Amino acid sequence: MKIFLNGEPKEVVDNCSVLDLLTEMGIVGKRLAVEVNEEIVSKSRHGDYSFDEGDKVEIVHAIGGG
Amino acid sequence: MQDDKLIIADKTYNSRLLVGTGKYKDMDETRDAIEASGAEIVTVAIRRTNIGQNPDEPNLLDVISPDKYTILPNTAGCYTAKDAVRTCQLARELLDGHDLVKLEVLGDQKTLYPNMVDTIEAAETLIKDGFKVMVYTSDDPIIAKRLEEMGCVAVMPLAGLIGSGLGICNPHNIRLIKENANVPILVDAGVGTASDAAIAMEIGCDAVLMNTAIAGAKKPVLMASAMKKAIEAGRESFLAGRMPKKAYASASSPIDGTFF
Repeated sequence: MKIFLNGEPKEVVDNCSVLDLLTEMGIVGKRLAVEVNEEIVSKSRHGDYSFDEGDKVEIVHAIGGG
Repeated sequence: MQDDKLIIADKTYNSRLLVGTGKYKDMDETRDAIEASGAEIVTVAIRRTNIGQNPDEPNLLDVISPDKYTILPNTAGCYTAKDAVRTCQLARELLDGHDLVKLEVLGDQKTLYPNMVDTIEAAETLIKDGFKVMVYTSDDPIIAKRLEEMGCVAVMPLAGLIGSGLGICNPHNIRLIKENANVPILVDAGVGTASDAAIAMEIGCDAVLMNTAIAGAKKPVLMASAMKKAIEAGRESFLAGRMPKKAYASASSPIDGTFF
């Protein structure tokens, strides 16, 4: 199944959850926020929320800025 | 001076200098400069994580800990109200419900001048959604008052264009904004050197927010220390009340008792 992660196409297994994706990326527990199709998926839902084909997923963090 | 505190959204701060975290050479320089500035409120930007980046790479919030600093996420780079609101919502999720944000909606890439139509629209949405909005604005006193009346917790007129270092381009407008205000007025953007920061404080501003003036100095950590002192000196000078200007000289030594 294909999703778009931070603007790039990415293959994930069916029923892949937000937590599965973060685990694969090695960033579980980091300070970040996840949005799917412009809706926030809060931390408490990361384990339950499974992606659908074509979902636009954004994972953001804080960087230097003024 | 002990009881002269800055209060923003019911929280009390000792430092009247707010600093950004952009444009530093590395995380060590970021940490050292912010430490030297004495700032308690520190701005950050919200961006995509780098896919494939080494997960052990230090994160900004490991260096600038939310336990030690009040983190002020900004909406830099947003040109529409919608993008700014979305950025703030992501920031709140990222920071476990922390709802103090710096709203800026830009109008044009060359000047990064604020788009006040979209800024006001975004501020309305964010305030309704429970955010405490510190708002970047043009130096128009009528707009500044309107933002206060809407419920923004601080109003932050530019002194000069973002990253320009041009200094306080229109001190008269900044003074008008401050005179009419019942919320903290912060100069945000334009400060280039320590004397600019002192001037902003002498006008009566409650605080100054800067990034490039420190990060873009040849020695950022030393400039951070200079800015800390300039802010304190400018504040004390404002509270002390400057002498009136005169057209002619006035001798400092007595005229009586001369023997020549």
